[in-house]
Formats: sequence, structure tokens, C-alpha cells
Amino acid sequence: MAAVRGYRRAAVAVAAARPGGGGPGRGTGPGPGPAAEPAPQPVPEPAAPATAALYVHWPYCRKRCSYCNFNTYVVPAVDEAAVRACLVREAHTLLRLSQVHSITSVFFGGGTPSLASPRTIAAVLEAVAGAAHLPSSAEVTLEANPSSMDTSRLTGFRAAGVNRLSIGVQSLDDAELRLLGREHTAVEAQKAVEAARGLFPGRTSIDLMFGLPGQSRDAWAQGLEAALGLCDDHISLYQLTLERGTALAAQVRGGTLPLPPQDLLADMYQTAHTVLVAAGFRHYEVSNFARKGALSNHNLSYWRADQYIGVGPGAHGRFVPRGEGSCSREARVQTPEPVAWMREVQSQGHGTRSRVVLSPLEQLEEVLTLGLRTDEGVTHELSLQAVFGVPGEAQVLQDQGWLLLDGSGLRCTWAGLAVLDSLLPDLLCQLQRRWALPGAHRGGTRRGMDTDGHSGQNVGSVSGHNG
Amino acid sequence: MALAGRTAAWWARRARLRPPCPAAAPLCLAAWLPATGRRRYSSRGKEKLDMSIYPVESIRNFSIIAHVDHGKSTLADRLLEITGTISKTDHNKQVLDKLQVERERGITVKAQSASLFYNHEGINYLLNLIDTPGHVDFSYEVSRSLSACQGVILVVDANEGIQAQTVANFYLAFEAQLSVIPVINKIDLKNADPERVEKQIEKLFDIPADECIRISAKKGTNVEKVLQKVIEKIPPPQCNTADPLKALVFDSTFDHYRGVVANVALFGGEITKGNKIVSAHTKKRYEVSEVGILTPNEQPTHKLYAGQVGYLIAGMKEVTEAQIGDTLFLYKQPVEPLPGFKSAKPMVFAGMYPVDQTEYNNLKSALERLTLNDSSVTVHRDSSLALGAGWRLGFLGLLHMEVFNQRLEQEYNMSVILTAPTVPYKAVLSSAKLKKEYGRGEITIINPAQFPDKLSVSEYLEPTILGTIVTPHEYIGKIIALCQDRRAVQKDMLYIDENRVMLKYLFPLNEIVLDFYDALKSLSSGYASFDYEDAGYQAADLIKMDILLNGNPVEELSTIIHNDKAYATGKLLCERLKEVIPRQLFEIAIQAAIGKKIIARETLKAYRKNVVAKCYGGDITRRMKLLKRQAEGKRLMRKIGNVEVPRDAFISVLKRETDK
Repeated sequence: MAAVRGYRRAAVAVAAARPGGGGPGRGTGPGPGPAAEPAPQPVPEPAAPATAALYVHWPYCRKRCSYCNFNTYVVPAVDEAAVRACLVREAHTLLRLSQVHSITSVFFGGGTPSLASPRTIAAVLEAVAGAAHLPSSAEVTLEANPSSMDTSRLTGFRAAGVNRLSIGVQSLDDAELRLLGREHTAVEAQKAVEAARGLFPGRTSIDLMFGLPGQSRDAWAQGLEAALGLCDDHISLYQLTLERGTALAAQVRGGTLPLPPQDLLADMYQTAHTVLVAAGFRHYEVSNFARKGALSNHNLSYWRADQYIGVGPGAHGRFVPRGEGSCSREARVQTPEPVAWMREVQSQGHGTRSRVVLSPLEQLEEVLTLGLRTDEGVTHELSLQAVFGVPGEAQVLQDQGWLLLDGSGLRCTWAGLAVLDSLLPDLLCQLQRRWALPGAHRGGTRRGMDTDGHSGQNVGSVSGHNG
Repeated sequence: MALAGRTAAWWARRARLRPPCPAAAPLCLAAWLPATGRRRYSSRGKEKLDMSIYPVESIRNFSIIAHVDHGKSTLADRLLEITGTISKTDHNKQVLDKLQVERERGITVKAQSASLFYNHEGINYLLNLIDTPGHVDFSYEVSRSLSACQGVILVVDANEGIQAQTVANFYLAFEAQLSVIPVINKIDLKNADPERVEKQIEKLFDIPADECIRISAKKGTNVEKVLQKVIEKIPPPQCNTADPLKALVFDSTFDHYRGVVANVALFGGEITKGNKIVSAHTKKRYEVSEVGILTPNEQPTHKLYAGQVGYLIAGMKEVTEAQIGDTLFLYKQPVEPLPGFKSAKPMVFAGMYPVDQTEYNNLKSALERLTLNDSSVTVHRDSSLALGAGWRLGFLGLLHMEVFNQRLEQEYNMSVILTAPTVPYKAVLSSAKLKKEYGRGEITIINPAQFPDKLSVSEYLEPTILGTIVTPHEYIGKIIALCQDRRAVQKDMLYIDENRVMLKYLFPLNEIVLDFYDALKSLSSGYASFDYEDAGYQAADLIKMDILLNGNPVEELSTIIHNDKAYATGKLLCERLKEVIPRQLFEIAIQAAIGKKIIARETLKAYRKNVVAKCYGGDITRRMKLLKRQAEGKRLMRKIGNVEVPRDAFISVLKRETDK
């Protein structure tokens, strides 16, 4: 494992040696196949090398939590060697397809990726470093459950290249943990966080949930205090979302559990904001708080609408498949079901289930929707003044104190952040209306769309499925 | 039976009294067959029938009348099977109910008919069966049906016995001097008690018990006997093929390919392809391109003869050309036109507006086509500041309104804004200025926006109805309380047997329009039945109530109500609105107001937290989809001041009253 750093350095050489422009994926890349391959087009080389974040999905859990509707599977035995080989192969294929020169961050999510062996994590990181530059400073996060992270495993993950841990603590109350269907107790969570902080000082994050059925404002405040005493420099606080099809949602709908009242949820959120800001945290995204600059670079990539590549069953990506000669950003989803996904990876090198070309307007909509979740807001070159500086919804929302538009961009006020989902439909309406005006998106706005360093030409319609 | 019954029964009354021989009738009564809303099968390629083998003496025109669910449509299915009109399969359910809405709701909305061929004692008979709607709202169609018949089959459920509509239907037939063949249906059911029902029939209708035929339409038991009675007891229509052509247009449908299909009843003469005909109403000339009968699908024939009913196609391009009630005659052989039908009197009015004003013309043409098939709907153009250009429609009842709306959606793919239903109030004007403006001293108000101020009115009047309720006696207490709550006055109470009571009440119409029937059903566990007829106007203390959202009136919800009911209704509407309006970024005051006086208020608190907790790489696609749908939805929201309200919120507020 000590060799990992060496692999990374080697990656620089690989990237440098790659022929400029790069060819299509030679039949392994998603696309209509060799026969229908688009003729290589002269693509203007961007000024800066293209970069992307990389997400890797580990789809397995030991047990399904009562609130979870993610793409996870509880199976008696995982053929880890096969999964590992497929993750490696797909990472390789997609990196080549994207032609990114450098990976800015890697995130192992799930599922429960801490159930994977450090060897698997290492193999994927080696593959990444083999196909693109992975700087030693790049953030490499692993999601971990307190019930599957003894110190020896953590050491193994660290040796594999993981340098940041995100721990699913969720609650520091045993009754709440049982309600959530978690496998650990509050004491175990505490121990896990302490162990992680020892190995990943300053780079350990914890997840907490609020708005649980029956949870009082006081219980939440106490939980928050306990978490503050335990945590490192990053906390994610998630209001419970009752997802359709989950055990918890069924109980609430069936009336056996109470639905937390709206005002209580608002109070809890307000409490969290106040307490954490007082403790020196920056509330840098709707649900994320960091101090000492310990923001999650990987997650910021999503909110800044950077490129990201998704590897693994059901993983989502947003990138330009330049290996095919394309200049258009695509929304991509890998096949969700692990066995089917593996079959596809084994036969064609990837399990991309759907590819949809995002139009310039759609890209702008994403920039706006995601950017406003952060405290920095939308700072892209998008000609914000032209779109939102004119009379319309945004000005009304500014006058009402929800939004701010100034020289540094468009962002929510604290009150606005808490009701962002009520602001967005109005803002999208205005954006769509302005976009429809002739000439409205020439120049600045068009450049602003260019969120991944490419010119926004050649944006076509939805491409077919490829899976 | 409802008001419409009375107005349309003029025809029957003109017919000479009582079977067997209405010989001196000034007009002969041919059966007529209202058209289908949608003809499912093409008639092309079939061999044409020769209808001359059915002289007037071998024709019987009859209808089946019954309380809802007593088995009218099932009996019709069996009659069609026995006469070979349709083949006998297990799939024959509500064969005459062709509209999607009819099959979905298990009701008959539009009168349907079929010509049946039946050999009895060596004679071939042509039996014209007309299946009538069962719900009180559709009594207009029932009475039009009856006016074309010489007899009826009165179906009563052997288990449920006589119900309110049985009473109403019987009297309608009785007043029209028709032969009544009483039939007790569902004798195969475990709880069937045909003897009890026979006694009820004897007591209430004065028909000897031994005249009742006990049948099971479901199993086919004794159904043949019913057909024989139809031939024996019902007289043939009286008219003559040698007379000049005189054809009544009694219904019409619009076919995209063939234009207008007019349904006609021949009161004299004959008609065939190539005949030049003239409309007495428009004086326009047409050439007949096809004639035929309904079996129940269109079946072309060589000719139609006096006494027969069927359809004709004659190159009418516009729906307005086939005026219901119009008389057609041969070119250069004019006849005295038939008096036509009086239009049904609408009981419930509501504004209808396109959701999007760009849809106005599409909605207009859909309305025109649908009202051709349902002439009981009245249409006036209307416009409102808030809702744009639209119409004020008059319906026979709330079910009729719902069914009409559902047909617009299902058959024409139109979605519309409907305002709160209102009944036709009247005001006796005292202001000279207003009198001059209207050109008369008494006005009818079908739109709350036109409600004149109390200061310029000497008296408001509200329409009333005489309601008939039949119920098991254990529910009497609750029902009397309900009626009193609805400002009703008891007129009669009669035990029709040891444990069944018939009550008669005079109700203000607006008290029963929205939800009375459902309230009655729910407090009697479904056992009480209800029917009503028009009972004129009475003075009433009326006011106009507005519903305000943050001070701005919601035009859809303005209503005229009785002063005594204002507080309760206002409170209820505010409470329900609070449930259907989504929370917004600001507080919303929901108020009920009479003039400037607020009589009820609910407060919908502002959103303080509405942001999804997680939005990472895998969440973005789903998130964007949802947001874009919401952005799309924003454009379809009704904006009242700055409050955004889903388009269907107001109707759901009103509709929920019927769900109580």
C-alpha cells in the first residue's frame, strides 16, 4: 500500500504521455459502437486541463436503515473480487472517455463503503491514478458506519489513500438510533469518531439527523451539544426526509409515528445554525457546516456544477465525453442493480444505463439550483444582472429579503436558504423566460454556461440509452 | 320527478288518453331513439333492412323506468339478447350505456335506445326500447323518453322495494297516461321479498298485486314474459305512412367524418336516401344520404316509415343545423311543424373558463359539440376580470355538472375552471334606475357577480323544490333533523308499509344542490332515497358572500346564500381552503366576507423551512425534474393578489362538500 503515492506520481507521466485530443474509447466507451462512431472532430483544446471529481458507489449494506431509499442491497455474500474488478474497469473506461487530465477529489459512497476491504479501495484509487492525475493533495473521502470501522480497518483505508472520513453517526441517542434502524449505539458512535479523529485529524466529518418523529426541540439541542463535544471540523446536519417506500415513511403515513410539525423543523434548523455558527462553524451549504476551512471539496464540486464522473452501480455523473469527440455535457447514470451492472461492465467496460445531453439552459438551471445551496451562491460568469437584475421574480424575492444580488454574485440570505425550494421555481421561471428572449443568452450568459471549461457549442438533443 | 319532467310532458298529455286506443291524438306518438354520444361501430357494409314489413300496428314504443340500481340496464341487456339484437355472452353489461362516464359510474346519463325484432304468436313486432337515465338530474331525458312511448316497464327491486325515484317515475308515466307494466326484479336475491313489494305497489300505485311480473333480469327468469306483456298491454302508435313526411329531430350527434347524424321520429310519411328535405326551423334544404335504425348501433335501412324511429344523415355540417325539436318535411310538401321540445330548466349554474385563455376557441368548439348531445345544458357567454372570457352554464343538477365536466375531459381532452355552483335566484327591483337598466322589475340572477345590492331590491326570491324521501322508519328522526337544518318544511308523511315511510318536504333548492343527497345517504346507511320536482319561488333573506385571500376576492367562490347560513358556510369554506392552499413564503389570511364585514377567518402560516436536506451528485436529476415541474406548475397557478392557488383547489373545496 505504501506504493500508492508512487502510482499517483506515475499518473502525471501517463497523463503527459497521452496523445493530445485522445481517441474514442475503441469500442469500450459508451456510444453507438465502432460502426457508428462519430468522426473525430477538431475540438479546440481548452486553456486549462479538464478536471473532474470522481464518485464511487459501493452498493452493499449489512442492514437497511428505516429511512433509507438509496440504491443499496443487503446480500448474504458479496463477491468482492468481482465487484472490485468491475469498479476498476469502469473507472478506467469512464476516465478515458472523459479525457480529464486531473481528478480533483474521490468520494466512496454507498451503501456502506466501509464494509469494502481496504484492498478494494486501494485498487480503485490505483486505477484512477493510472488513468488520470490524482494529486496527493486531492481529497479522498470514505463514508463509514460506526459499526464497521475498527481501527485496523481505518488504518488500512488510510494506507489505501483515503484521507477524509465521513461517519454516519446520525444520532447520539440510543432510542433515536433504534428508530432509524441503525446498527450502532451512541457509545459505539462516540468511540468510532474518536478513533477516526486520531487517524484523520481535521478531516473527519459526522452526519447527524434531525426532525425525527417524536423528537423535541430540547432533545435536538442536547444532541447537538453532545455532537459539538465530539466532532472534528465538519458536520452535516440532515433534516429527515420521509422517502417513499421506506419503513419510516410507512409508519408515519400509517399514523403509528407522528409527523414533526413544520414550525418545529424550522426551529430545529434555526437552533443548529445558531449553535454551530457560535462554535466557529461556517454554514457553507444548506446541510453542511465546517470550521478551519475543512469544507468538503468533493461535495462543493457538485454545487459548483463542476464535472464529476460516477462509477459503480447506480452512480450518477455529469461530464463531457470528450473521448468520443463530444463537446456536450451529459447527465449519466450507471445501471443500478449490481449484478446487471457487473455483467455490463464485464462485457463492455462500463454499465452506463442512460446518457442525456444537457442543453445550455438545463446546465444553467443546474448551476442556479445547486449554487444557491451554498453560502457563496452563484458566482459564475453567468450574466446574472442580465437575467435577474431586471424586474421579475428575483427582484421581488430580493425585496422580500430572501435573496441578494451584488457584484460577487447571487445568493440566499440565511432566511432565504431555509426556504430555497420555494424560491427556485420562481427563479427558474425567470431564467427560462429570459433565456427565451432573442439575444438574451449571447455573450456573457453563454460563457457562463461554460461551467467545465469548454465552449458550449454542439449541444444536441437527448442521446439514446446505452446500456 | 324533476321540473323538467313536467315541462316536457306536454307532449304526452296531448296524446289521447289512456291506452288501448289514443286514436284521436292530434299527433301520433312514434318512438324516437336518442342518439349515442359516440357510436362505437361503423354500420358500413351491412345489408340494408326493409322496414316496410313493420306496419304501425306491429310497433311498440316503450321505456324502462326504475330507481337507480334496481336493474334497468340489466333488464335492457336481457331484452336485447332474447330478441337476438345482441348475441348472448357474459360480457353484456350496460350495453346501452356507451359513454365512458356511464360505465365508470355505473349510471345512465344519456337516454339510449334500440329497435328489437320479436316474433309473438306468428307476428313480427318492432319493439323500440328506450333506456332512460336513473338519476334525478337526468329526468329531462326521462321525460323526453316517456313522451315518445305508449307504455313503460316499471322495475322495482324485490329487496329494496319502492324508492323515491320509483314514486316519481310512476307518477310521470301515470300523468302521461301511459300503460304501466310493474316488474319486480332481483327475485333471486336471498333477501328478496316480492310479496311485500307487490303490496307496496298496490297501496301506493293502485295496481293489483297479481299484475306484477316477478323476474330476475340477471338470470333471465321470466324476462320473456315481460316482452309478451309489452305487446299485449302497450298500444301501437297512431300515424299514417300515406301522410306527407313529418319527422321530428329529437336528438343529434356530431361525427367527424359524416357530419351531423340526426335522430328522427316519423310522425307521418316515409323517408329514404335521395329525398330532398327542408328544416322547418332554418328553412335550409338538404339531401338525405343515409337512413337507418339503431340496434343499438347504426343499421342502415332502405326507408323509414311512419311510426318508426331511426337516424338520418343529410349533409348537415354545423352542429347548430340539427336543432333538437325541429321538424323536417319534404321539399315543396310543407307541413305544420311539430311544437318541438321546451328546453329543460337548469337548476344549477356555474361559470366555466379555459385554464389558459389561448384554449378559448378549442373549449368553445368542444362545448358546442357536447351541448349538441346534451341540449339540457344552457350556455351564455360570460367574462370575468379574474378568469377572462368564458361561459355561464346551466345544468340540471350537480351530478349533471360533474358528468358534463368529465365528458369534456374524457371526450374532448379539455380541462377547465368551474366556479361555485349557484341556483337561479330572483330579485324584485325597487330601484328605478336598475328597473330601467334591465327593462323589467324582476331579474334572475345566475351569476353572483350580478347580485344586486339590498338597497335597490324590494325582495329576493329563491327557487324551491318538493322533495320526496322514502326511508326505513328507523332513520326518520335523523332525516327530519337534516331537513329542518336545510330550511325545509314538511308537507306530507305516509307509511307505505309497516316499516317504510315516504316524506315530502318543501326545500329551498340551494340547500339540496350541493350535498343533501350524500348527507341523506350517509345518515341512513344508504337506505333512504330522494327525488324532487320544481315547486316555484319563495321570498328569502339572501346575501352575497365573498371569500378573500389576503383581502383579494376569489371570484370562483363568491356565492349567494341565505343569511342564516352565512357564518357556518363561510367558516367551512375557510377551513377547507386552508387545507388545499399550499403554504407560501408569506402568511395568508383566508376570510369570508359579506360586503365589508368579515365573518370568518383562517390563517395559513408562512413557510419557514422548505429546502431539501440532501442534494448531491445522485440527487440532482430527480431534483431538477421536480423543480421544473413546479416551475411549470407556477404558470398554471391562479394568482389571487400575490397568493398562488392550484387551479383545482376551489373545485376541490366545493366538491369535498359532496364527500362529507
